[in-house]
Amino acid sequence: MNKLRLIWKGLIKENPTFVLLLGMCPTLGTTTSAMNGMGMGLATMAVLILSNIVISCVKNIIPDKVRIPSFIVIIASFVTVVQLCMQAYVPELYKTLGVFIPLIVVNCIILGRAEAFASKNGPLDSALDGLGIGLGFTLSLTVIGAVREMLGSGAIFGHRFITGDGMLIFVLAPGAFIVLGYLMVLFNKLTAKQRQ
Amino acid sequence: MVLVLLGITFVSSAAVGFVYRVTEEPIEQAKQANVKSALAEVLPAFDESVSQELVLDELALTVHTATQQGQTVGYAVETATKNGFSGLIRMMVGFDAEGNVLNVKVLEHNETPGLGSKMADEGNPLLTSFQGKNPASMKLSVRKDGGEVDALTAATISSRAYVDAVARAYNAYLQASGNEGTDVTTGATGQHAQQEGESYE
Repeated sequence: MNKLRLIWKGLIKENPTFVLLLGMCPTLGTTTSAMNGMGMGLATMAVLILSNIVISCVKNIIPDKVRIPSFIVIIASFVTVVQLCMQAYVPELYKTLGVFIPLIVVNCIILGRAEAFASKNGPLDSALDGLGIGLGFTLSLTVIGAVREMLGSGAIFGHRFITGDGMLIFVLAPGAFIVLGYLMVLFNKLTAKQRQ
Repeated sequence: MVLVLLGITFVSSAAVGFVYRVTEEPIEQAKQANVKSALAEVLPAFDESVSQELVLDELALTVHTATQQGQTVGYAVETATKNGFSGLIRMMVGFDAEGNVLNVKVLEHNETPGLGSKMADEGNPLLTSFQGKNPASMKLSVRKDGGEVDALTAATISSRAYVDAVARAYNAYLQASGNEGTDVTTGATGQHAQQEGESYE
């Protein structure tokens, strides 16, 4: 029960995008379509779970002073691993996400969870925390991507449902801010009671 | 303290090195498959292709010469341009033996989604203005600059870059095929090209 709550927390109460407002750069940059948002979310989740487990395992041998550099090295290694794997097995997705994959290294969500959770809890709990936060991030990015894709290109997951052009602004950078803002309002309105 | 950090970096780099070794081959295969499918799209049926590297204006180009039963049926040029709106644009241009453009496929680009990204769509105006024509017989620039190429709406920079890449591909084709013909240059490529410190005339 407690374990379930760990995952649930990442989805609602501590949703990284809509509540913690972490990782805004990839959120705004990659959500031009639902597929891209989901791909980015899943890649981040993979890195988050792996780095959380490892950091939680080695937390006792890392001296406090070199904590942050150690975390960064571990996270960066996992990002490189994920990047190489994507390049090898899902080249299509890698092509669209391209530059944002290396940027997962400096995504505050991952370092934030390492610092706030994994360095204080056991490996299993840390993995679940990573899963929860990762799912929350993936879900948020997919929703933002889906809304932007629907309004901007009149399609969902690449399937067009209107002919002609959508409202282009939603695919461009300003649309990312507009959609993110409104979704944040909606999310906080809907979950206001639950979070109290 | 130092030892722990050293240990962590050592183990991490070993892990990354291991994954690199494992994925090296699939990555190479994925790249090859990509090139192969692009070749099939821009060329008529062929049974053999030989590739050759060229360097034009500091950019590396690859020319694939396709033959069917010993007869040259076409050339596919992997071309690129730095004049895009954001980052390098890589394209594959297919020519028949006479130098007419058969098809163009955009391999890689980072143009604005919904604007410049249309250059990669099927049947976009840029592609249709080139298809079936010989670049040497055209005024190679977008209509806005007095040329014969239909640009993408609201994406003039991307369109100019596209024309630039095709012109480059044609020059590479001339060099590779040894056909008679003069190098083509694109017309006014506008401010963006000048900012990059490149000249075309």
